[in-house]
Formats: sequence, C-alpha cells, structure tokens
Amino acid sequence: MGAPDTPLFVRLSRLLKRWGAHPEGHKYPAAGTEITAIPLPALLTLPLSQHVGAPARPVVAVGQRVLRGQLLAEAAATISAPIHAPTSGTVTGIAEVPVPHPSGLSGMAILLAPDGLDEAVEFHGADPFTLEPAEIARRVAAAGVVGLGGAAFPAAVKLSQGQRTPISTLIINGGECEPYLSCDDRLMRERAPAVVDGARIIRHTVGAGRVLIGVETNKPEAIAALREAAAGLEGIRVVPVPSRYPMGSAQQLISWLTGLEVPAEGRSADIGMLVHNVGTAVAIHRAIRFGEPFTKRVVTVTGGALRTPRNLEVCLGTPAAALVEFCGGLVDTPARLVIGGPMMGIAVNTLDLPIIKGTGGVLALSAAETGARREEGPCIRCTSCVGACPIGLLPLEMAARIRGGDLGASVDLGLKDCIGCGTCAFVCPSKIPLVQYFNHAKGELAARERSKLKQDAIRELAEARSARMEREAREKAEAAARRKAERERAKAEAAAKAAAAAAAAEKSASEENTA
Amino acid sequence: MNLFVSSPHAHGARPVGQVMLLVMLALLPATLAGFWHFGWPAIYLWLVTVISCAFTETLCVRLTGRKAGPALADGSAVLTGWLLALSLPPWAPWWAGVIGGAFAMVVCKHAFGGLGQNLFNPAMAARVMLLISFPVEMTQWLAPVPLGSAEAPSALGALAITFGAIPDGMTSASLLDHVRNEATQGITLSTSLTGVYDPLELSVGVRAGSMGETTALLLAGGGIFLLFMRVIGVRIPAAFLLGIALPAALAHFLAPERYLPPMAHLLAGGVMLGAFFIATDYVTSPSTPLGQWVFGLGCGLLTWIIRTWGAYPEGVAFAVLLMNAATPLIDHYTRPRIFGRTRSGRSLPPAAPKGN
Amino acid sequence: MLGAILSLSLLGVSLGLVLGLAARKFRVESGGIEAELQALMPGSNCGQCGYPGCAGAAAALARGEAAVTCCPPGGKALAETLAARLGVSLDASAVAEELPRIAGVQEEICIGCTKCFKVCPTDAVLGAAKQIHVVIREACTGCAKCENTCPTGAIMLTPVPVTLQTWVWPRPAATPSPESVLAGAGAGA
Repeated sequence: MGAPDTPLFVRLSRLLKRWGAHPEGHKYPAAGTEITAIPLPALLTLPLSQHVGAPARPVVAVGQRVLRGQLLAEAAATISAPIHAPTSGTVTGIAEVPVPHPSGLSGMAILLAPDGLDEAVEFHGADPFTLEPAEIARRVAAAGVVGLGGAAFPAAVKLSQGQRTPISTLIINGGECEPYLSCDDRLMRERAPAVVDGARIIRHTVGAGRVLIGVETNKPEAIAALREAAAGLEGIRVVPVPSRYPMGSAQQLISWLTGLEVPAEGRSADIGMLVHNVGTAVAIHRAIRFGEPFTKRVVTVTGGALRTPRNLEVCLGTPAAALVEFCGGLVDTPARLVIGGPMMGIAVNTLDLPIIKGTGGVLALSAAETGARREEGPCIRCTSCVGACPIGLLPLEMAARIRGGDLGASVDLGLKDCIGCGTCAFVCPSKIPLVQYFNHAKGELAARERSKLKQDAIRELAEARSARMEREAREKAEAAARRKAERERAKAEAAAKAAAAAAAAEKSASEENTA
Repeated sequence: MNLFVSSPHAHGARPVGQVMLLVMLALLPATLAGFWHFGWPAIYLWLVTVISCAFTETLCVRLTGRKAGPALADGSAVLTGWLLALSLPPWAPWWAGVIGGAFAMVVCKHAFGGLGQNLFNPAMAARVMLLISFPVEMTQWLAPVPLGSAEAPSALGALAITFGAIPDGMTSASLLDHVRNEATQGITLSTSLTGVYDPLELSVGVRAGSMGETTALLLAGGGIFLLFMRVIGVRIPAAFLLGIALPAALAHFLAPERYLPPMAHLLAGGVMLGAFFIATDYVTSPSTPLGQWVFGLGCGLLTWIIRTWGAYPEGVAFAVLLMNAATPLIDHYTRPRIFGRTRSGRSLPPAAPKGN
Repeated sequence: MLGAILSLSLLGVSLGLVLGLAARKFRVESGGIEAELQALMPGSNCGQCGYPGCAGAAAALARGEAAVTCCPPGGKALAETLAARLGVSLDASAVAEELPRIAGVQEEICIGCTKCFKVCPTDAVLGAAKQIHVVIREACTGCAKCENTCPTGAIMLTPVPVTLQTWVWPRPAATPSPESVLAGAGAGA
C-alpha cells in the first residue's frame, strides 16, 4: 500500500473493508503491442455529441473542403466541446447516423470524406509556462479536449473549476482498472514524457502543489517509464496502487492516494483535488505545446473472438469495423461486441459505429468471456454485491425496490450515489442485471423530473390562458355593457327629444286650437 | 447479439449451484463421521430427509407452473434436507425426516416465495417444529456405536430401527441433557462432569448427540474450508462463537460450579454446525457488515442464555430462529455508511485543502 | 354473571359515547384535499380524463372514484404524486405508459383557419388567420382538442420521438418473481 500520506487508521480500515473485485485482466496480448496508426478510412463519421453536455453546433457547410485541424463544429454551451477535422477532405453531409449508445439510436454527425492529402491548418504552439492559466484553459477548450477516462467531460471545464477553488493536489489517473483495455498503459509506456509534461501544464494551470500519478501495479513498465520521465522534477510522484476494479474511478483513486473522501454531493475540487486521465494529460500537452486540436486517440482492440489484439491510434470518426479489420478480423462469431471496457462499456450489434473521443476499446468477446450462457436466477441475498460496492451501497436492496416499482425507496437507499461501475453485477452469483436496474431507475427518475418541469410550465400557460380568457370576457362584457348603456342613453335622449318635440307640437297644436 | 444488454459484459462469480455444492463438500467429512458413529439408521434417516426435501421442492415448484429441473439443480433443497438430517437424533424414526423435510420446504421456504424469500432458516424451523411436536422421539440420543462394532445394527437390522423403534436400553443422554438433569438434582458441575466431559472426545464426536453435530473438529474444519473458499464471511461464525464463549467464560469464571466452561459450550450440541453452516445461511442473515456482527453475537448469546436458563438443554436452533426474525430490523439499522456521506446520510462537508 | 354483563355493557356504551363525541369534536373538514389535488393537476382542463376539467378530476379523485392514473398528460410522475398524497399504493410499472404524443401541423393542408389555436388550452398553437400554424412542442400536452376541431385534418398527434437525450434503459425483464408466479397459478386453477 504505497499511498504516500494516507493516515494509518485509514490504511488499517482498508483491511476490514475490501470493496471492489478482481476481474481477470485479459490485458495481454494487446498490452504487449506497440501503438500503431491505421490507414484513413473512406469516410469519417464525426458525431456532434462526443462528450458530456450540449452537442456541438456545426460551422461548416455540406460540400465544403476542410483542412486537418479545422473547426467543424463549435461548443454550443459552457459544458460542451468543439469538433475538428482529423484530416483534410470534403464534408459530404450532416446527417443522422448510428452512434455508439446503448439505445442503438441515431444521432447527428458530420460526414467527412478524406482526400488523402492530409493538409493541415497552421497550428500555434506555445510555452505553457509563459501563458496565463485562463489562457491555457481557453486553448484546451478550443482544442476540444475531453476527459479520456470514459466520462468524456470537457477537460477545460475542470481546469477552470480548478481556478475558482484552490487545488492542492493534481492526480493523474493511470489506473486503467477496466479489464482488457491497455490503451492508457501503452500511452504511459511509450509517451511517458508527454504524460508528465501534460501533468505539469495542468498543475501550472490550476496552481496545484503536487502531482500524484496513480498507476495500478499490474502495469510495472508504465510505472518505470513514468518514474524515469518524472525523475528530477519537483513535486511529481508516481504512486503504484493495487490492481482492483474500480480503482480508476476518480473518487476511489483520490481516497486511496490521500485518504480523503469526495463529498457525495460535491466535486473533487471541494477537497482540493483534481483528477485527469493520462490520455487527457497527453491531449492537453499536444494542445498547448503544439496547438493541435484533439482529433486522434489510442484504442485497444481485443477480445477472444479477435485474431490479433492490439492498440491502435485512430482518427476520430473511423468506423470500429475498420479497426477490427486492421486487426485481422474475427476468428469466431463474437457473443458480444462492446464499445469501451467490459465493465462499463456498451454492447452494440454492429461495428459500423464511429470511434469517438471517449472510446477506449473495441471488444469482440466470446461466449466463454461474457458468461452469456448462464441464466439469471433469484437473489439469494449472498451479499457479494454489498461487499463489492466501492460506495458502500446495498445493491440487492436497491434492485429489489426498483423491481417492485418503488423508485423513491431506492433513492433513499443511495441510488443517486451509485457510480454504475458494475462491480455488483460482476460478482453476482445469480447474474442479476443490477446495473440495468440502476440505470433504468436513474433514467426513469430523470424522465419524471423532465415531465414534471413540463407540467409546471404547462400549468403556468394554462393559468395564463384562463386569466386572459377571463379578462377578455370581462372586457367584452364591460364593452357590451358600455355600449348598451350608451344605446340606452341615446334611446332615452331620443325619447326625451321626441317627447319634447311631441310636447312642443302638442303645445303648438293646442295653441293653434286655442288660437 | 441483442440490444439493451447492460454492462458489465463479464462475470466473475460462482453460480449458485456451485456455492451450494461447496457447502455440501464442506459438510461431507462431518456427515461421514456421523454415519460411522451412528451406523445404518443414521444413513437411512439422512437419505429419507434429503429425498423428502427434494420431493416436496419439486412438488412446490411444479405447482407454481415452473420446471423443477433448474430449481433442483441449484442444490438448495438438498442442502436444506442435509442440514436438517444432521440436526436430528441419529436414530430418529423415518417419519421425523419426512415430516421435517416437507415442513422445511413447504411452510418455511415456498410459502414465503421460494429461494431467497424465506424469513426463517428452513432446516432450523423444521427442527424446532419437530422438537416441540415430538419431544420424546427428538431427544432419544445414543452413545456412538461405530459401524462394524458389535452393538452396531446391520444394514437390515437398521431398517427396523428407522422404520420401527429404537430397541430398549440403547438410548443415553447428551452432555447438555446430562448436565441439565444433574443440575436440577442439585449436583454441582465438578461432580456431574466427571467422566462425562472430555474436550478431546467431544471434538472428535465420541459422545451422544445429533447425527452430524457431534464431530466438532470436522465441522469447524469444513467451516474454515468455506471461509477459505470465500463462500461464507468470517463475521457471522466469529461473532457466533464469541457470542457464546465470552458470556460462558465470564460466568464460568465467576461460578465454576454452576456454569459450564466455555470450551464445553463451544464443543457440545450444535454450536459448530450452527456457527459455520446454519447462521451463515445467506437468505436469513443480515446483508450489512455490521449487521452480520450483531446477528452472530445475538445467536451466540441467545444460545448460551437458553442453554443456561431456558427450558430446553440446547438452544442453537431457537437462537438462530429468533435472530432470523430480527434480521430485517438489523438490516434496517445497520446500513453501511455511503462513500462521501456521514452515517446519517448527509454529504460530507467540503474540506479545505491542505496547502503544501 | 349479571354483574359481569352489566359492567361490560356499561363499559361498551360509555366507550361508544366517548368515540362518538370525539368524532363530532375532532371532525376534519373535508374539501381541503380537493383543492390540494387540483393544484397538483396540470390545469389545462383538457378533458382526457373524462371529467369536466381538472377541478372535476380532482373532485373525483378526492371521492375515490377516479384512478390516480387517470391523467394522461400528467403521466407517471403525476400518478406517483397523487398516489403518495392519497395514500394509495401504485405499481409504477402498471401505469399504462402510452407513448406521450404531441400535436404537429402538416403545412401543406393547413388553411390557417385559427380554429385549433382557439381551442388549445395551453396556447401551444401559434398562428394567425390565413397563415400556417405551428405547435410549440414544449407547451403541448397532447390533449387532442385541436385534432378534433381541425377541418382539414392538418393538425395531428404524433408520438414524441425518443432521442439519445430522452431514452431510458428498460426495466430488466423480470425473472418470474414469486408473486407473479403465484398469481398465475391462482388464475390457472
């Protein structure tokens, strides 16, 4: 337990509470292969929503020729990220295409046909340590860098967050606890100086005192490479952490390295921590030092049904099928195709899906690997899930409530604190799809929240309308009353006149008579 | 290749059937020792009980319109029957096994909704039902008559015992019965235990008692095997043993003539079976870590209290059932602290970062 | 014997009296609940529930005549709130969740007659005489009043498409839970 300044009692308490699971790594053979670039495909598909937050807004027209690094779509909100052209070519369309999403639904994307020339716009690099922190955050935002650990949260938002709250420690997350994936491992081995430089840039931006690079012990080469790259640098320490899923979750890593817990309703910045993935550090390094926007990433292509697993560096928008083909194709009909890691990735039924910013892996898993043959059974309350939950929840109780339709009770049990890591479902002997229960409940609650907001808006509209109708009716009635009154007055006047005239006539007549 | 398959896409757990198999494997040595000590009648009784459980399980599952195959394959019915048989007097009549097994399955398990739904441990509930309903048959202990020894009944002769009655003069008292009887006659422990209490004999099963409860050493060994295989956790058995040993030690220290020594408590009766195999039943024990400590301690303490002051000489089954009833309550009040929250469920306050 | 009968009768009568008096004295005025329920309702008076407006539905709910699931625009969320307020149990999955539908104008056949926006309870239809009308999706409750009044059939309800943002994981297909199995067996028997 090489955590540097974890209090003793925290270390002792770890002996009692052993959360998490130890899935089989399956990191090799892919982890043993060098990162290889693959040739450009015939068409790049760049979804507008590759990140957490608002989808990007296209700024190019169909038919327009673009250069590598040119802005294709701009950030549409504070939490959003722009998208750039990975190579030069022509925009052939902006259309709905299948995107990697558990629903299998389509999303808007920019289609780019590469012309093979790979002409680039001019990039402007800079020495980060002469730049203002705000300027660095701005440049990172403009480069479209997002968190590459899986969540794809815009990196610049976290950087500017760090400027508002004092940050004492920057943690670079090299945990990569997902089995099968080794893209971060290869990145740390092959580009350790870039990782360390990215860490220094982030530290400079947020004003953190020290940098801890946490790497799981199952990646000794990465630890060695990073230590070499960080040698002689003040305040940067590479810390091995145990290989245990989900050690790469930001909260768990922070807690393991520092003994501090992120408040459940807060952010890591609330306790002076900032966590960035190693891939993000490299992307930030490229964006600042060389002015390059984020258009390429490393993807692990592996699985029991794949011929030659390896790590590939690919342009965003490349179809997953091209990666699988580059790796020699499938040797077997896969039981499941997964985009991402086996613990939190999404199952897909086609490989005609683009690689996006958050894609760390493409897996073709055999039936033996997924355990797909086993049937779901009743819960026997074995409490494996309770012991495994890194958050200290009671997954079996929560799932039972959700099954019974009582979502409120599952929230009381801590549903909103669930990070969806899947450890509970992994260790469940009855193979109950616990994660799906929780995702269903979370989605359902969000949908209800949306419908409630709509209800409120509609009620206001309806009330406004009935108020208006009432007012109109009243005005109409008043107007009618006024008109009636006028008419009556006029009538009365006319009558009076007529009476007067009659009287006058009578008078004159009588006068005549008398005369 | 269908859609809407939720993550994770890998599974790392033993299937339920394997878990049950491991438990049976752990029970095997103690069971074989029981067979050897008590001979053919014990084997017949064990068979009858297990078959009764499997048969009634099949019946119940079929009644609900499901296939019986998968339900039997998970092994839970056989395991229940097995545990019940081990807790019966070895030469009990056949109908005790049949009625007990059927009661365990129908009333204690399927009436509650089947596997994973029952509130009480079926084996223990059945044993208590039998003990209360048939007190004579359920307390006919006998000293071991190992297979092959002169007094041991033959395979055929044993049929007459299981399906008939125990021949006169064979029965003998268990240690706890003996102590209870002597104590009511005002005989002090040091006198009544002489020649009866030998820890070594108790641990290898040379004593009168239930079919599978007598060889404490083998039961503990099986339990440790389960701990090692991570089938059961350490909390419940440890708490159970502590829960009975601590008060026993204290009482024995204060009044050695009145209270049995802790070792006798641990080795006699069904404590080992209860601590490692009965109280650790997943379904009927708490799911929270703290709750498991509370549950185990409660089981141990109640066992000691019932043995010391209760109407029955043995209290493991009653103690486990009482704690089973308290399990939902224990679960409710011992929820683990959620990461990033206080015990009361409030979010932790933001901590000011330490400058360095 | 007689003493026992007398004393018990006396006890019963006096306790009954006390209860009766208490019921008079601590009578809870009803009617508050109706206003409370009405405040929960969407308020668009669309009439989909079959009662005269939201006030009518609230009254029916308060009398226990209407089901908490009677309001389609309110959906599951409202059903849950009503169930919680009225203290009835509600299996959320049992709510026949019809896909929410909203109105849309087929521009080719809209003649700009303004009939639809005059009946819209939430002013969700925009337009003017002789001009093509449009529906504000956010404000439409799917009450179908406009659909029924349109002379050319240009305004129609269509299901709200599920998007990446609104898609929700389906609830796992339940393994036969004991209750449902028992219920099935009971029905079969």
